[in-house]
Amino acid sequence: MSLSYAELFRALLPEAALTIGALAVLTADLTVGRRQDLSARYRTAVSIGLLSVLAAAYGTLAAGNTGEAFGGVLILDMLTLGTRLGVLVLAGLTLALLPGVSRIRHPAEYVAVVLFASCGFTLMGASNQLLVAFLAIELASLSLYILAGLDKSSPASAEAGLKYYLVGGMSAAFLLFGFSLLYGLTGSLELPQIAFQLSLQGMTALLMIALTMILVAFGFKAAAAPFHLWAPDVYEGAPPASAALIASASKLAGFVIFLRLLWPGLGFSAGRVTDLPVIVGWLPVVALLVLASLLVGNLGALAQSNVRRLLGYSAIAHAGSLLLGMIGAGHSGPGPVFYYAATYGLATVGAFGVVALVDRAGRCQQLTDLAGLRTRSPLLAGTLAVFVLSLAGFPPLAGFFGKFAVYASVLKVGGVGGPAGWLTLAAIALSAVALYYYLIILKQALVAPAKESAREVIPVPLPATLSLLAAASLILVFGLFPSTILRIFG
Amino acid sequence: MNALPWTIYVSFAGALLALAAGQRSASAARVVGLLTALTGLGLALGAAADFTPAAGLQTLVNAPWIPELGVRYHLAADGISLTLVVLTGLAATAGVLFSWNIGERTGEFFALYFALIGGVYGVFLSADAFAFFVFYEIAIVPKYFLIANWGSTNREYGAMKLVLYSFAGSALVLAGLLWAHGAAGGDSFALADLAAAAPNFTRFEQLGMFALLFTGFAVLAGMFPFHTWAPTGHVAAPTAASMLLAGVVMKLGAYGCLRVAMVTFPAGLAYFAPVIAWLAIIGILYAGFVALVQDDFKFVIGYSSVSHMGFVLLGLAAANATAVAGAVLQMFSHGVIAGLLFAVVGRMVYERTHTRKMDDLRALPLHRLLPFAAVVFVLAGLASMGLPGFSGFPAELTILIGTWKTSPLWALVAASGVLVAAAFTLRAIQVSFFGQNETAKDAPDHHYEPITWPEKAGAVLLLAATVYVGLNPDALLRWITPALESPLLRAALNGGAP
Repeated sequence: MSLSYAELFRALLPEAALTIGALAVLTADLTVGRRQDLSARYRTAVSIGLLSVLAAAYGTLAAGNTGEAFGGVLILDMLTLGTRLGVLVLAGLTLALLPGVSRIRHPAEYVAVVLFASCGFTLMGASNQLLVAFLAIELASLSLYILAGLDKSSPASAEAGLKYYLVGGMSAAFLLFGFSLLYGLTGSLELPQIAFQLSLQGMTALLMIALTMILVAFGFKAAAAPFHLWAPDVYEGAPPASAALIASASKLAGFVIFLRLLWPGLGFSAGRVTDLPVIVGWLPVVALLVLASLLVGNLGALAQSNVRRLLGYSAIAHAGSLLLGMIGAGHSGPGPVFYYAATYGLATVGAFGVVALVDRAGRCQQLTDLAGLRTRSPLLAGTLAVFVLSLAGFPPLAGFFGKFAVYASVLKVGGVGGPAGWLTLAAIALSAVALYYYLIILKQALVAPAKESAREVIPVPLPATLSLLAAASLILVFGLFPSTILRIFG
Repeated sequence: MNALPWTIYVSFAGALLALAAGQRSASAARVVGLLTALTGLGLALGAAADFTPAAGLQTLVNAPWIPELGVRYHLAADGISLTLVVLTGLAATAGVLFSWNIGERTGEFFALYFALIGGVYGVFLSADAFAFFVFYEIAIVPKYFLIANWGSTNREYGAMKLVLYSFAGSALVLAGLLWAHGAAGGDSFALADLAAAAPNFTRFEQLGMFALLFTGFAVLAGMFPFHTWAPTGHVAAPTAASMLLAGVVMKLGAYGCLRVAMVTFPAGLAYFAPVIAWLAIIGILYAGFVALVQDDFKFVIGYSSVSHMGFVLLGLAAANATAVAGAVLQMFSHGVIAGLLFAVVGRMVYERTHTRKMDDLRALPLHRLLPFAAVVFVLAGLASMGLPGFSGFPAELTILIGTWKTSPLWALVAASGVLVAAAFTLRAIQVSFFGQNETAKDAPDHHYEPITWPEKAGAVLLLAATVYVGLNPDALLRWITPALESPLLRAALNGGAP
């Protein structure tokens, strides 16, 4: 095993670009920014941020897909490439929302922390070893805690940050415990080594404990029920642009690392849920999470009157569908789950972007705050319709094909002859329930008349316009031509 | 013939153009709408002119779409789809003419309208289950906004109920499709490939998949007991949307039952046919009796739609060439007639009198105030009752003859539904248009805006269609009958035997 630091640097080009970008943003704000007003500082910070995201995207392509790097610690395959590009696009869309939208008086810190979080996400996409995985997850998570609590003027934001931090910290403890047990069982931190050792050992009680710990931790991170309680609170209290990042890029990176850990790493202890009888392993546990998330998310969302909490519960339901895709991924590869997570991210960034813009012009908490959006801003109303209908899963938008591919991948394995098949049927049935609460959002935005107190036109700054239009067009393009994404895993 | 896919693209392009034109003026959007609808109709009629009836689907486009899942963009047509494409063209054109007076957000109205129409054309032309389903779902969403924004009575409730029913139905379809796709090996979504793989499935699988698919589609076709969305939705919808809902959207369901569920799983059809037939008969009679006692004019028509669609489902369940040909003919016939009835009730009468209550209408001498509307409604009513000379007659007669071959009992009970239809239609005509005694001079003098030329044009178009097909049903049967000779459909009608 030869360790080449040049190779390491090449593999970590995107992370380097993002880190340098974050430092440059801070430097610029402390020097040039001191003489500028807030909106100019936002423009400077976001411009530098977007440049470094672009540089990171270039670095991703330059690093290529050369397989394992730096002695197997990192992996550069098509999944890495896709994940890095995906989170960079989502982070870029989030950054472009900030100027003219965010009320927070610390533009450089905001942008820098977003870049650090993105650095964590891209590293999550590339890690092939437990320690790097843990570091990447925690780098991303710590940045997200800060982003959630960044609005110092809002008690709700502080509450969101604290709640997210406490729950996230606990889940980190679970994750570390699980990883250490895994290390103890297999004597290795590297996923291929672990897979090999587990193939020899078979299922043991200790392994079951390790798997449970890891699944609990991921359940927290992914906002899967019954570990979901933080999600609606954080989505409600965090600044909307932060919520956009928490709900999109972090989901994509999280599910990719989860996927890599579970199938290539722990695939031998998966068990079976696609046929009867069920075989013990981590799959049955995932199946339980799926069922709980689908039920809690979809039924919980029905009762919401706050649009952000509603999106929070919808995120739980989508986490359920993504976990369902995890069951099919063993057979169909990462394509469907990746497609679902990436396009779900686009729709969520967009939806929270619209919420952020409406919020800037007054308030956007209750569903009725969206009333009359079509007269207040046809652009926001139109793009919101695209995002919400994509979340609801209507063709030709990408959300439809995501669901379609995930369900197809599960039913391909065992049909409806096992719990996985039944879960898929339940997911399909609950998507009809979900349509109701998504239509409730659109009913306010597109049908209801504007309230007396809020009928003025909502200004939409140019970068935010571009960001929303880009997200909407990507959703349409990926929905019409899903092969553009699926092909890379062919 | 090869221009048929352009009906889809023209409609979607027309939707965008109408949206843009609506920014300028309402009349620009109307003109765009009319041109789009006429282009679609022209393409459909042009294709009909050089159509050579044959057994089996004639491929129009077949290109790879999502190779990872074996999905192809495969459009094809046979006599059955061509009949329904022509119907869509007619209904779309008439619908635009009857929406001429929409002055609020006209561009958005026509954008949603043509998004719906484009989806409908797409369903009728799809030969790949994935494309079929995508177009089918595209046709769902616009309905919500058309009804919730431009509708009347209880519109948000009606819109939500209709869309949730449609979507729940399509969820069943999705489950059935994915199950079949997985069981067939997951390499193709082509309807022909699924049908070829189906005999290898276990009996439980075949019956289960058929039940999911047929029930899902039948929700949209208004099958009892899943019909309740139809009357409330039709009543809440603006006139053009009711015309489309009753005229073509309910046909999407029936077409799906035939093209997807029955063709793919003949064994399922053979097993469930009696259940479907009795549900259809219950629908015919139950909806007919309910229509008889409605005091809202539009509800009468709404329930009559459910009743007439029962004949379509009965024809499908009878599963022989005659009955199914009749069912397709009835889809066309009912599409035209229901459109006409809704146009009279929703546009000509309601938007002038601002009431649809039978009791209020009884007090108005509408036959003198709106003579054109009265004439059209009487003719449409006669057509709806199945009088010779109108398309309803050959359609329902063919269905009943075909059904008799399968089960005389079904045919007899269903035939009594024709009497009920006559009763509720005559009651509607009498009460709404001829309720006022000629000699009563004390009735207040009403001055209603005269019937406009777009209304007259739309009514004449649909009346001409029903009379033409009524006098010359062979014009359509000439297309439909050979289509039923295709190996797949023959197998479906023989319970799986080739």
